[in-house]
Amino acid sequence: MSGELAGVPAAPSGAGWGRGGRLAARRRLADRLATGLSLGATGIVLLALGSILLTLLARGLPGLSAGTLVRVMTPPGGGGGLANAIAGSLVQTGLAAAIGTPVGLLTGIYLSEYATDGRVVAVVRFVSDMMLSAPSILVGLFVYLALVAPVGHFSGLSGAVALAMLFVPVVVRTTEDMLRLVPLTMREAAYALGAPKWRVVLQVCLRAARAGVLTGILLAVARVSGETAPLLFTSLGNMNWSLSLDAPMASLPVAIYQYAGSAYDDWVQLAWTGALLITAGVLVLNVVVRMWHRRLGAGQ
Amino acid sequence: MEPSTLSPPSTMVAARRAAGGVGDAIFSAAVRLSGWSLLALLGGLIGVLAWGGAQAWGAFGPGFAWSTAWNPVSEHFGALAPVFGSVMTTVLALLIAVPLAFGIAFWLVEMAPGSVAGPIGMAVQLLAAVPSIIFGMWGFFVIVPVMARVVQPWANRHLGHVPVLGVLFHGAPYGTGLLTGGLVLAVMVTPFVCAVMRDVFTAMPAQIRESAYGLGATRWEVMRSVILPWSRPALVGGVMLGMGRALGETMAVTFVIGNTNRIGWSLFAPGNTIASLIALEFPESAAGSLKLSSLLALGFILMVISFVTLACSRVLLRRGA
Repeated sequence: MSGELAGVPAAPSGAGWGRGGRLAARRRLADRLATGLSLGATGIVLLALGSILLTLLARGLPGLSAGTLVRVMTPPGGGGGLANAIAGSLVQTGLAAAIGTPVGLLTGIYLSEYATDGRVVAVVRFVSDMMLSAPSILVGLFVYLALVAPVGHFSGLSGAVALAMLFVPVVVRTTEDMLRLVPLTMREAAYALGAPKWRVVLQVCLRAARAGVLTGILLAVARVSGETAPLLFTSLGNMNWSLSLDAPMASLPVAIYQYAGSAYDDWVQLAWTGALLITAGVLVLNVVVRMWHRRLGAGQ
Repeated sequence: MEPSTLSPPSTMVAARRAAGGVGDAIFSAAVRLSGWSLLALLGGLIGVLAWGGAQAWGAFGPGFAWSTAWNPVSEHFGALAPVFGSVMTTVLALLIAVPLAFGIAFWLVEMAPGSVAGPIGMAVQLLAAVPSIIFGMWGFFVIVPVMARVVQPWANRHLGHVPVLGVLFHGAPYGTGLLTGGLVLAVMVTPFVCAVMRDVFTAMPAQIRESAYGLGATRWEVMRSVILPWSRPALVGGVMLGMGRALGETMAVTFVIGNTNRIGWSLFAPGNTIASLIALEFPESAAGSLKLSSLLALGFILMVISFVTLACSRVLLRRGA
């Protein structure tokens, strides 16, 4: 739309665009320069993204085999894989989603449907926004002091709790936004049928908003599954196969962190393969969810 | 709209309504509890970090904040070097990221044809979804060698002798250091800043923009004289949002910063940041030690800095929107 508008000044506009005055030439030059620079900026960032993806493919693919997915981590040279890290990531992310989804949903419902005092809403929303962008390593420190230090050992559960703390604000945000989009007439119709408020919220509003809410949950999963810092002091990582929530648990990001900085070629290779796996997962989830969401939005 | 004001047509409905009342009470309590639990969590986070660092504050006093020491053997710790590293890398990141983000937003909003703007806007947003540890690996294996072999030797040879500026480019070409950290952070932060700018630019009422074009302004003139002044507070808010992100970023920086506790003006010298120092040293600190407490005190400083930044960003974004 704006592209067509930009063509307008070339038409008869007084000061002499196109008639070659010095002012016009300078203006045109400035415009060209700005255009060129902003194209350049876009190019640089796309180049960075391309470089990241290509590097991941080039270095990660050679190590991608069935063995990587099936074998457990071993000492360097032991021909190990990433199976326990993948399983640990799935368990911790799943548990974080299980803890974070209800809390996020309820808080989102609270903000959009229940809170009547504007100041309370502002405070809760502010706190949720702060948690959304708080440094994730601080969440790791907090959970370490609250759940690991008192118990005396690292655990998968504490890792999941740390991830859940990053999970909740994403869900709160989308739930609140999506519930606000539900038309008032729908609520009124449900109330007119004699439904109590909790049924109206859960079975009418939330159902009407479910596509958007699900989008938020999936984006939260994508965000949380790549987090490393909060897991360093909570689930710590584990070389062995362990799905016990009461013991240290491996995870892909922490395994990548440990392996990438090591001096052993096979470990570095595994780090790249793990990085490829996790990035592919996160990006595919993002693309699919966003496209699905856009199509839904367009259809309505 | 309030359903209880309607008269009940039958006892069955009345019974159901009573059941609804119980359900309402339970649900409303659950919803409130959940909302307030967020307040409790954030309060707990702040409280726990403040309490955990109390030992360090007690041992070193307020001087902890500006002491440059970090010596585990003599048990002397100070916050200045990691704070300096965090601030320097963040400033460098913003110096690179803000023009890039502005360029992309300008191009996407004012120039790109719709069929191209969609996919490219999406690609830029995907960059924000890449986990930060991936940026760390990419920085370590791709950017660091380029810096060590090409950029730093070149800058050393050609810029190192310039009287005042030269200080910035001294040092052995390790490849790691403040500038590399800033570069990687810039790539990470750009999509966030760009997303805010894009939203702000598109939120501008179309009539204002159209009337400027109608007067014969070029795209750049519309941007500079109409859109930019109109959207300044929100833009500053977006930049501060990026700043908050860059300050607290851990994994990407830990890979490329060099992890040396020092303060120096050379952009090529290794340094550290609060977050990377915590990530590296926390696991090897004994429970109850002064070092652990010092790291928690550092965490508290980081939280204060980033929360102030993010709060400012919130306020500016709301005022601009």
